[in-house]
Order: sequence, then C-alpha cells, then structure tokens
Amino acid sequence: MRSKAITRLLFTVGVITWLALVFTDISILFSSLSNIKPEVPVWLPGVILNLFILSLFYYYKLKIERDEVLNFVDLLWRVFATGLISTVISLALRLVEHLLGSPKIDSHSAFNVVFNDLVYLINLGLMIGFLMMAFSAWKRLILYQKSKWLLRLWAFFEVGLLVTLVYNSFRVPQVEWLFGALLGIFVVVGLVLSGNMKWVAFLNFKQKWTSLLLLLLTIFYLLYIFFTNSTLSQGIGEVSTFYTDYHQHVFIMSLIVFVTVYSIFSFLVILFNLPTTSVFEQKLEEVVNFQRISQSIQTEQSEESVYNILLETSVSSVFADAAWLEINSNAHEHKLFTYKITDKESYDIIHHLNSHNIKGVFDQGSEKTKNLSKHLATLKGSRFRSILAFPIYVKGDNIGTLALLKELPEGFNKEMTKIVSTFSNQAGISIENFRLMEEALQNERYKEELKIAKMVQKSLLPTLLEQDPDFDVAAFSESADEVGGDYYDTLRINDHLVSIIIADVSGKGTTAAFHMSQMKGIFHSLAQRDIAPDEFMVQANQALVYCLERGSFISATYFIINTQTKKIRYARAGHCPVLYYHADRQLTEYFKDKGVALGMVRNKSYASFIQANEFAYKPGDIMVLYTDGVTEAKDGKGEEFGYERLLAMVCEIKDLAPAQIQDYMIHKLYEFSGTENIDDDYTTMIVKFK
Amino acid sequence: MIHIKRLQEDGADVIALVGEIDASSSIELDLAIAKSVGEGFSKILVDCSALEYISSAGLGVFMSYIEEFKDRNIKMVLFGMSDKVANTFSILGLNELLHIGKDKVQAKQIVNEL
Repeated sequence: MRSKAITRLLFTVGVITWLALVFTDISILFSSLSNIKPEVPVWLPGVILNLFILSLFYYYKLKIERDEVLNFVDLLWRVFATGLISTVISLALRLVEHLLGSPKIDSHSAFNVVFNDLVYLINLGLMIGFLMMAFSAWKRLILYQKSKWLLRLWAFFEVGLLVTLVYNSFRVPQVEWLFGALLGIFVVVGLVLSGNMKWVAFLNFKQKWTSLLLLLLTIFYLLYIFFTNSTLSQGIGEVSTFYTDYHQHVFIMSLIVFVTVYSIFSFLVILFNLPTTSVFEQKLEEVVNFQRISQSIQTEQSEESVYNILLETSVSSVFADAAWLEINSNAHEHKLFTYKITDKESYDIIHHLNSHNIKGVFDQGSEKTKNLSKHLATLKGSRFRSILAFPIYVKGDNIGTLALLKELPEGFNKEMTKIVSTFSNQAGISIENFRLMEEALQNERYKEELKIAKMVQKSLLPTLLEQDPDFDVAAFSESADEVGGDYYDTLRINDHLVSIIIADVSGKGTTAAFHMSQMKGIFHSLAQRDIAPDEFMVQANQALVYCLERGSFISATYFIINTQTKKIRYARAGHCPVLYYHADRQLTEYFKDKGVALGMVRNKSYASFIQANEFAYKPGDIMVLYTDGVTEAKDGKGEEFGYERLLAMVCEIKDLAPAQIQDYMIHKLYEFSGTENIDDDYTTMIVKFK
Repeated sequence: MIHIKRLQEDGADVIALVGEIDASSSIELDLAIAKSVGEGFSKILVDCSALEYISSAGLGVFMSYIEEFKDRNIKMVLFGMSDKVANTFSILGLNELLHIGKDKVQAKQIVNEL
C-alpha cells in the first residue's frame, strides 16, 4: 500500500516537473526570441528536467523492479506498450501539426517556434519515459542471473548515471572532452553489461517468437522517437540555443545508446538461439521426465503407471514415432503397452526379430540401432526403419523390453540411446522399490492375520475343564509366534462318564487354527452321543476327509473315563503315546498301542487302523497327555527333550497335584530349552485320580 | 535344511534324504517324489539313513502319496531310518500305511515282492 502511494506520488511529481519544464523552457525560449531578459533563470529548465528524470527513474524502479510476477515476455510487453503509446501520441501530434497547416519552422514567428518547442518537449518527455521504462526492464533481464561482479558493475553504471544528472544540472562549464569522456565510459560499461543475455535461454520456442516481435517493434519505436526528437531539436536549434537540448545530456545520451544496443543485442541473440531452442527444451524435458520416473514410486498406485510413464517419457524424449513395452514379470503375466502401434504390428516385429535369432536386440549397446534397422528392412509391410530396444531389469531379472520405433532409417543417435537407457534403468529401480514396498505390506498383512488366528486358536481352548470327585485335571497350552494347532477339551457325557480329547493339527498358521475349530466341532457333536472311542475316531476321520487338504492330518487321543466302573476306554489316532504312572506299582510307562492319525487313510478301511483300548485306574494314578512340542523341545545344542526325560521327570513329581505337576513340567521345559522364546507349541494335560 | 540326491538302481529310483525335513523343506521332498513319478518310475526307494528329523509336514508328504500310489500301482519303500525317525513314523501310524525296510537290500526285496 505504501509503495503504491509512493508510485502515485512519483508519477504526479513527474507530471508536475514536466509541466514546469514546459513552462520554464517555453518562457526562456520566448524571451530569447523576443530579445527580452527571461524572468526565469536559464539554468532552471535543466534542473527541472533532471528532477523529471529522477522522478521517472524511481517511478519505474518501484513499478518494474519490485513486481515479482512479471516474466520475461511480460517485461518486453511493457516496454513495447510504452513505446507504442509514445509513438502513437507522437504521431497524433504530427497529425495535428499537419491539420494546422504544418507551420514552417523557419517562418521564425514566435508562435511557431513556441509551438514547435511544445511538440518537442512532449516528444522529449515521451522519449525519456520510454527510455526509463526500457532501462528498468533491461536491468531486470541483465540481473536475472547475477554475480557479485555483475552487481557491482551495474551499481557503478546506475549511480554513475545519476551523478551525471548533477553534472548536467549545474552547467559546469561545458567542456567538450569531459562530455565525450563521460559518454564514452557509460557507453562502454553499457556495452559490457549488454553481454548478459542469460535470460534468453529460459524462453521456450513460442516465447522466443513473441519476444522477437516485441523487440523488433520496440527497436522501431526507439528509432522513430530518436529521429523525431532529433529533427525537432535540430529545427529549434536553428532558431535559438535557449532551449533544453538533450544532445548535451550525458544521462539521456548514455541511456539512448544502452537501451538501443541492448534491444538489438537481445533481438539478435534470440534470433540466433531460435534454431537450437528445441534442443534446450528437449534437455529440460528429459530432466523433468527423469524426475517423473524417479518420483513415480512415491505417487503412483501401481506398476502399470510406472510402465506408462516410462513409455510416455521415452517416446517424448527421443521423438519416437511408435513404441511398445513388453512385460513378462512371471510366466503367467504378459502385458504389452503400446504407443501409436497396434498389438499385432508389435508382435509381428517381435516374432520377426526372434525368428531371425537376433541375439543383441535387447542389449544396451549403442551400435545396435544400425543393425536392427537392417533387420527391420527385411520385414515386409512394416513402416518402421529404426528400432531401439532396451531390457528392463528388476533385481537382475529381465522383466521386459522397451522398444522405440522410427519411420526414418537410422533415426536414433547415441545421445538418445543413453537417455532411454537411463530411463529404463530408473524404471527398473522404481519397480523394484515398488515390489519391495508391496512385499513389506503383504508381510504386515500376514502378521495381522496370524494375530487373529492366534486369538481364534486361544478362544477355541476351554477356559474351564470338567471336574469330578474321582479325578483332578489341569491343562496348559502355549503356542509359538506362529499359530499352532494344539487342542484339548473335556466334556461330561453323563454323571459317571467324562470324555477327554487331546489333538494336534499338522501345519501351522491360519489353516491349522481353522482345522482345530473343525476338530472342536467334531468332538462336541460326537462325544455327546456316548460312542466308543474307536468308533469316535472312525467317524471323526470320515468327517475330516472332506475338509483336510492333501498332506494334512490331525493326531488325537480320545478317552472316556467311567467313574462307576473305574475304567478308561480310549483310542489313539497317531497322537503321542499316553504316559501313565501306576501308583500301586510305582511304575511309569508309555502305553504301547496302535492307531493311524486322522486324515491319513481316506476310506472306509480306516476302522482297521484304529485300536480300542481299556484299562482300570486306581487312586494316585497319573495320566500325562502332551503334544510333540514337549518331546521335541530342543536345548541349545539341538538335543531333544525326548521321551526318556519326560518319563523320568514324571517319576520325580508323582506326589504333587496336577496343577503343580504341570507347573513343574513347564518350568523344566523352559529350563531345558534355555529360552523364553519357544519355537513350537507346548500342550500338556494332566489327570490325577483320587 | 534338506539335501536330496537321486540315483537309479536296478530300475528303481533311489531318493536319498540328507538332513532335516521341516515345514519349508518338505516342499523339496514333495517335488522330488513328484519328479520321480513324473519320470515314470514305478519303484521308488527312499533312503532315510541320513535323515535326522522329520516334522509332521514332511510326514504329510509321504501320507499324501499313499492313495495315489495305490491307484497307479507305484511301489514306494522307505529304509534305513534311525530309531528316532522310525518312532515318529510309528507314533502317527504311518508305519502301517507305508512300506518300511531295514536297509536297502531289504527294501529292494520288499519292492520286488509287492
């Protein structure tokens, strides 16, 4: 807001000083013509002119230099527009002059001279305005890419010019050589500064054409204004010397030279840059394209978009007429992305090249273009004469090929080969990163799934076990990080019958948890019906045959405890043998019976592989049930816990209650394995009879 | 870790298992047997003398072929098991479903008698 007010103020000052200049200058001129001593001092117009210049100088400084949004073409446009307005006003004045009957300057009438001076002063004001505008604009262009040295030189130029205003104001005895020397210095500095044309390189093709046109017109306006001012000044000069002549003004003269020279330089530089613009633009585009490929990994949703970007950028970078990208990530996935070529055409070329057994086709060699063109020539009906092919590697595997085609023979040069090679390498890296990310996500998802499966598995195990006055029972189950498939349960059939099951599902993870839930369902439905243990196994096998996949099985032992007869019937289907402590004989043994795991025999003959067993229990007897995680637990040296140790341990603690026996067993197991991190499932179930 | 070697003797394919078979290496065992079947062998001998450990997944592989072999009249005999490995087979009842010989000679005998 403040700078806006200042610009307005400066503009007003400019107008006022110009009016003052007109008034004083005309009055002096008039006085001199009429041979009267002028009422105003003769040096005043010069001072006023310099004030006018100063106000315009700061006006444009504020208006142009501070405006951040102006681009190069905008700047040129502003200069052009100022020139246009100046020229139009100047021409309009000529028209008025003409309509008034074009008063001859040599008619010496005071009115004519005064009128001519007015026209001259208007033109002078316009010229100075135009010059100041151009000066500010050129300053921005020159200082677009600045160095310390350049800034210093410019500061010298600008300050020096302003100092000359003082020199001009005070009409220091006009020494011809001083004027010439000063002008010479500023012209030389202006010329040196005019060598800074870096901004031209940042113009694109269209902008360059626009700039050329604007500059050409600007130069034309400059020349017209100079010519007009020069003739007008000359005309007045013939009559009187008492007027403000800009020819002796170092500032204005230096500016004229500088602005004109820079305009012409810019015009020529742009003109000569025009043919190479496309190359610069291409290079810039390559950089942008490269960034796109590099960043595609962060922003793109799929590998497909990486492929599309690769195809697009490669085509635009080498001006290919057509292209395809063949992707064979694995045996099942085959994709073809095409650009301006049909799938059929691409396959024709691929088959043609393959059938000619051209080994080096998909190499990154730079000399391949020529060779391939030769092979293409033998393919009838193809419009393409050049082909450039690149392999895309992901983790050392060739996952696909990028092929670029041109209708021109030998249409690809080494530069293009390098660029596309870089692109395809980058695309390979992007895809690799992409896959790594995907893998990490997949792992995360898998872990999450396992967590759920583990929760499900835990919830499938009973929280309360069947209690009976005849026996105590305790159970424990702990699974490794991976979900195991250990299962145990109890169910009361009637007041004197209790069934117990322990089972181990082969495999781990979600499928194991799933099979475990099936086993639970089978147990709860079959046990209710009070069927013999061997029959239980046969029916369970029958039920499981339909849901267990190839290679999966479940080992289980099923007991029915009869508290009336004090007998236990059981059947073992491939599960770890029962460990039994006979209190009366103080003997611990593994029951030696036979039985094939559930799911191993998938027909009716399974019944012949299951044995029905029965034994009587006495008070103090202990039945230890467990899964293979217990016997297969390993110590630091890789030795297994084994059946012997388990048996010996039970002998030691036969007098304890089931819960205590269990605690001791678990404690011993952890002590044996020497780690808190188990790598299998431990399940134990201990029944002690009373 | 498992290392599987295959060699042919008297028209039978001898698959030697060296090391341990767990959930991940059981896939290799499966592949080896499938390959042998694919090559048209009707007599397969599995040398378990250097097999140190077999998990339920590995046992599942043997189990999964039982029915298929019966249907296609392919004879498979395992031999040379250590007591520990043999115990693993017998607990699951697989010794009743598979043919297991003491050594290679006995295994060849069994395979020819079948």
